[in-house]
Order: sequence, then structure tokens, then C-alpha cells
Amino acid sequence: MTTTPLSHVLVFLMFALLVLTTSAHGQSSDNPQILKSLHLLIPGAAGGGWDRTARGTGEALTRSALVANVTFENRSGGGGSKGIAYLLERKNPRMLMVNSTPIVIRSLQPAFPQSYKDLIPVASIIGDYSVLVVRTQSPVLDLKGLAALLVANPRQVAIAGGSVSGGTDHIVAAMIFRAFGANPRDVKYIPYDAGGKAMAGLLSGEVQALSSGYGEVVDLVSQSWVRILCIAAQERLSIAPDTPTCVESGAKDAVFVNWRGYFAAPGLTHAQLSSYQHTLFEMQKTEAWNDVRDRYGWVDLYKPGEEFSNMLAQQETKLRILLKELDFL
Amino acid sequence: MLEGILTGLDTVFTLQNILFLMTGCFAGTFIGMLPGLGPMSAIALMIPIASTLEPSAGIIMMAAVYYGAIFGGSTSSILINAPGVASTVATSFDGYPLAQQGKAGKALAIAAVASFSGGLIAALMLMVAAPFLAGISLSFQSTDYFALITLGLVCVAAFAGSSTMPKALLMTVVGLMLSTVGTDQIQGVPRFTLGVIDLIDGISFLLLVMATFALSEALLQILKKSDAKINNGPANLGSMKVSKQEAIDIAPPIIRSSVLGFFIGLLPGAGATIASFLSYGTEQQLAGKAKGKLFGHGSLRGLAAPEAANNAAATGSFVPLLALGIPGSGTTAILLGALIAYGVQPGPLLYINHPEVFWGVIISMWLGNVVLLVINLPLIPYIARLLTIPSQFLLPLILFFSLIGVYFISFNSFDIQLMVLFAASAVVLRLLAFPMAPMILGFILGGMIEENLRRALLIYDNNWSFLWERPLTFSILVIAAMVLLWPLLRTYLLKRAQESAR
Repeated sequence: MTTTPLSHVLVFLMFALLVLTTSAHGQSSDNPQILKSLHLLIPGAAGGGWDRTARGTGEALTRSALVANVTFENRSGGGGSKGIAYLLERKNPRMLMVNSTPIVIRSLQPAFPQSYKDLIPVASIIGDYSVLVVRTQSPVLDLKGLAALLVANPRQVAIAGGSVSGGTDHIVAAMIFRAFGANPRDVKYIPYDAGGKAMAGLLSGEVQALSSGYGEVVDLVSQSWVRILCIAAQERLSIAPDTPTCVESGAKDAVFVNWRGYFAAPGLTHAQLSSYQHTLFEMQKTEAWNDVRDRYGWVDLYKPGEEFSNMLAQQETKLRILLKELDFL
Repeated sequence: MLEGILTGLDTVFTLQNILFLMTGCFAGTFIGMLPGLGPMSAIALMIPIASTLEPSAGIIMMAAVYYGAIFGGSTSSILINAPGVASTVATSFDGYPLAQQGKAGKALAIAAVASFSGGLIAALMLMVAAPFLAGISLSFQSTDYFALITLGLVCVAAFAGSSTMPKALLMTVVGLMLSTVGTDQIQGVPRFTLGVIDLIDGISFLLLVMATFALSEALLQILKKSDAKINNGPANLGSMKVSKQEAIDIAPPIIRSSVLGFFIGLLPGAGATIASFLSYGTEQQLAGKAKGKLFGHGSLRGLAAPEAANNAAATGSFVPLLALGIPGSGTTAILLGALIAYGVQPGPLLYINHPEVFWGVIISMWLGNVVLLVINLPLIPYIARLLTIPSQFLLPLILFFSLIGVYFISFNSFDIQLMVLFAASAVVLRLLAFPMAPMILGFILGGMIEENLRRALLIYDNNWSFLWERPLTFSILVIAAMVLLWPLLRTYLLKRAQESAR
């Protein structure tokens, strides 16, 4: 088989690269402040949002020499279940799993075996605030205008999103329009299988608005393809001072952040947990992290341990109410 | 534009960038040749290397890996009936029969030339019109995608030939059914998973195609071994030479398929797979009765068309990627991530802000396709020699690589069990003369048809009027109906003509 020698060569090359990178960082690991190695588990495929977060974190950690060597592992399957199961099965204290808001939603659904409560929350690191956008040439001027249209005739306003019905994009849209007195179940939500396809749907004109994350739309906003009606943050973001929040546009309590953060398997020592939290905290101050964060349009949202679990609990309460009203529970 | 082309030439023709381009082409073809590894894994493997380069060099290299992997992907389809990616499934329909007839060398050469032409023609169209084509990418709505994918399904379902038509249709339905296993893309509800967590993400394409194509083929050869001596003496790989008549015969399909493939590639919701199926179906229809019958039994046109189309579509998919920043597939999503990682923001302003990236990529595609042809043609005799390995060694190797290829993607032993189950069922079905191709076609297209149709129904409040109210949707569906009904109508008309003549 002609392919065998090639795969040997590939494996060898990768191995050589690995050896080179580890030895290059070898000297710095004498410093006790520096973690020698960290293994990041990604419960989704290469190229997805989780993958990007983990690899971005890894890049910042190694470039700033906070961790000598970061390795990655993709374990996709079961909508993230496989990754969680693997983390719990391995119980490796050097392994952290990246995850995000959907883990809270799935913990509410009986179809999935595990809950985020089975894991140790290490820290959230970034957030992506939800936004509602329309095409630039849309006659809708602001959130109030869209809400008025929707309340008058919910069938006329289709709202796209890059996740399934009952997913975050749907929930955020329902939450915003509920504040204007619409029945959340009347919100006509159109799911796409990825954020990019949902954006293509909006630009093709088949839907009137798109529920997405700020980081996902920022490029098309700067090129004037789309306009943001509102951002579901508590206050205006410093990176987008002209974008109104949904709350100030009249949607009471419409705050929603899609966080991304890290979890560990139960069984790691208190010292290990706090060293991870310390490392992630230190990372936020580095230039390498600034680069990575700004590149992807992320917003810092560092909440360690207790604060992280409080945020998760609050989010769970909010989501449970909305999912019940939407008839998903 | 001329200025842009000059910028592009300037960017590409530096020693460093040509080197990275060649590295990308090499890596892409070789990774693409391995069954189970497609463009997506090839690009993901190259990211660590590319991220250390400057933007234009990195993107040129990764683009080369992308079309290189599609170029190389045809090899395993032709030689061992193991298409590693959906876009080379149509290549195996005629490529594998050709290899079995002892024409592996010729099949590989035609695939290489067709891929080359597809890439070149598409790169030319990209160069002339890229900034203006972005509008087309956005003109298709869910209803149009539904119609287009239906047309793809109908086109290829029609190739089964009338004698096996009921069996082909039955297998298409089996494929459609298998595509419904897993989490439903609209409601997010698990369907037909039998409570098995491993089925929540559905059945993977790679698993199904490896089990029903490569594994079942190898198992069948073992079963048949007693009556047919495989490899009597040194296997005849056939000459690589394509006769003048054959070249004239395949040139028009290649040109048509390249243009068709490029336009399908522009659509973020379609891509190389649909392009290859549509061009295969179109050429089968255009080939006429006698030549059309050859499709599926080693037709040169049937091999050239999808190979030209999938390469052209890969090139076309750079339009929504570069001009809009909208990725149409997992592969282009990784490319987009890489672009953003370089701080290059794709979009209408890309060719103003980063002309060296925009024009560099386009010009590099020309050179890249030449490099690919130069790498591939001389290698064909060596690659084809794979088939001279005595079957007692080759068959276990195929079994081993198919199983390992699937396992290395998921690291899940459940997949191996499922694969064995599918392979065993496929062997039984094939012994009963049920074709596998319509099944895999139904499986690939079924999910897309369902998703787009259900989304259209949501948008139109469960009113089916979009089928005839949107001109684009309506026209495509009319073509699909004609393709499906024409053979029946033709027989009916012929009969009437004969009767009235009597």
C-alpha cells in the first residue's frame, strides 16, 4: 500500500514537531508559577465554536508562557455528550473541557444523561452577547419598530437563528419579544444548522431578522450588510458604544450572554483547581490574549468557581421559564 | 482588474509562496488519497503550520491543500471503491468499474485531467467575475435549495436504468430513511435513535459509505474468490493513454460540468457534492441513449463530469467565502476561521484592503492546478500498481484501512460495530442485486432536502404555495419533473407511433 509510508512520515513529522515545541518550552517550566502541561478537551469537531475557543485559549497560554505545553483533543458525538462522558470516565486532573451555554439547556432536557452539575466548573472566560440584526436596507428602524410589526402580525416577521428550535438563538428572540407583550410561542423562529447559513438566509431576504451573537455578526456590520437592532447586554459594550442594548430599547430584562468556559472532572484537588483559575485569570492580562480575544470579537467574562456556578444557576432558572413557555419542557 | 491580476502575480511568483503552494498541493493530494481523510481533515492538519506564515502565504497554502485534497480524493474512489468524501461518491460510479475492467491507469488520468480542467475553468471565472458573483450566492432561498437538491436526487436516480428501477428507488428510500436517524435539525429532537446516545448525531457519512462501498466490496471479492481468479498473473493496469476520439468525447462534458460546478459552488447551501451529482445526472441525460446506458458501467464521460464539477465547485465556494465571509461547508468554515486568525476580514472590502490575499489566492489557483497535474500524472502508474498487490494482502488492507479510517475520526468503538452491521447487510443486498449508489445518494441528499423543505414550510406557514409562486423554485422543479417523467413519456410516445404506423 503506497499510503503506509506516507502516514508514517506524517506521524513522524507531527511527533518531531511535538518534541520540538515541548523542548523549546522546557526551560521555562522551572518556574513554579507555570503549569507544565494542560490538556483541553473539545466536545465538538474541529472548526466549531468550542474548537476555536479552546485553541485560542491554548495559543494565548503558550504564547504568554503561562503554560508550557497545551494539547487538544476533539471528541465529538451525541451533541457534546461523548465529550462529557469521556471527561467523567478519564478523571484526569490535567484535562479541562471547554463548553458553553447549550450545556445548561441540555441539562434541562431529559434526553441527555448528564448535567453540568456532574462537573466541576473551573471558570468562564469569554462571553458573546446575543444580538438581533436586520439587513441594512430593511425598513425596520429599531427594535421597537420590529416589535410593533411582530405584535401586530406575528406571521409576518420570521426570525432566523443558527441553532435548533428551543436553542439559544430562539430563546433570546422569544425573551426579547415577550417583553413587548408578544406570546413567546407566536415568535416565528426559523432554524438553520449554522450561524453562517442563517446569515445567508437573512441576506437572501427569506427572513426579516436574525438572532445571533455579536462576535458572529460584527464583520458584516462593519461592511454595512446588516444593522444591529439591539444587543442583549446589561450596558452598552465599550467596543460598540453606538449599539443600543435591548433593555434601553424597551425589552425589560432582556439580557443574555452566551458564555464559554472550562469544566473539570470531579476529583481534582483544591490546589489544582485554584491553579487553573489563577492561570486563566493571569492570561486575561496578557497581550497574547488581547490579540486572540479581539481577533474573534469576544468579550472578557472571567468568573471563577462559585461566581461561575451562580451564573449557571441563574441562567438555568431563566431558561427553564422560557423553555416552559415555549412548550419545550 | 488588470491591476489586481498583476498584484496577484506579484504575490504568487515569489520563491517562498511558490514553495508553500507546492507544499500545499503535495500535502493536499496525499492526505486526500488516504481513504477517510478529506479536505476538512487535510486543512485542519495544516493549520498549525499555516498559522506561522504571513496571511497571503498561509491562505495560498491552505487553498492548495483544499483543492489538492479534492484532486486526490478521487484515487481511493477509483481504485478501491472507497470515496472518503461525499463529493467523490459520483466519481466511484464509473471510476471503480473502469478500474475493474483493467483501465485503472486511464481512469486515474482522466480524473486528473478533468479535475485540472475544472479547477482551471473555475479559476478563470473567479478571476473575471468574483466581485460581481456575490449576488448570486445570496439569491437562493430555502425553497430554491429544496428544488435544486430534489433535481440532484432525481437526476441520478434516473441513471439506474429501467430494469433495476424498482430496486434503485427502494434503495433511495432506504437512504432517505437512514438520513432521518439522529437529532432533527429543525426541532432539535432525537429521532429513531432507539435510545442509543451514539446515534444522537446521526449516522456519519464516512461510516456508511466505507461500510456499504469499500467493506462490502472487499467482502464480496472474498466470497466470489472460488469462481473468479483475481489477478491472474501481473495485473493489467491498462495504458494511461487516452485516444483522440475519447478526448473529443469527454471534452464537452468537462467544460459543461466545470461551468455548472462553479455556479453550484457559489451557493453556500449547495457545494461540491450536489455539483458532482447534478453534473453526473446532466451528462447522463445528454449522452443519448446508447452512451447513457454506459453510465455506471465504466463510462469515461460519467467519470470526467463529476470530477470536473467537484473541483470547479470547490473553487466557486471561494466567492461566498472571500466576498461575503459566509462559509458554505465545514471546510470553508475552517478556512474562514484561519483568515480571521490572520486578521484578514473577508467581505466586499477584502480586495480593497488586502488585494494581495484576494488576488493572490485566485492567481495561485491557476498555478496550483498546473502543479497538481504535474505531480499526479507521473505518479499514476505507481499509484495504480496498488491493484497489483495480490488480493490475499490487498483485501485485508482495505478492511483494515476502512475500519481504522472511521475509528480515527470518532474514537468510538460503537462506530465499528455499526459499520460491520451495515457492511453485512450491504453484502446480502448486493448479492440480491440491490444497488448501493442510490442508497448513499438518498442518504446524502435526504437530510438537505428535508431541512430546506421544512424551513421553507415554516417560513410560508405550512403553505405549499412557494412551490409554484417563486419562479426560480418552480423552474427547477419543472426540470426535475421532466427528467423523471421523460423516459416514461418517450416509451409511451414510441409505442403510439408504432401502433399508428401499423
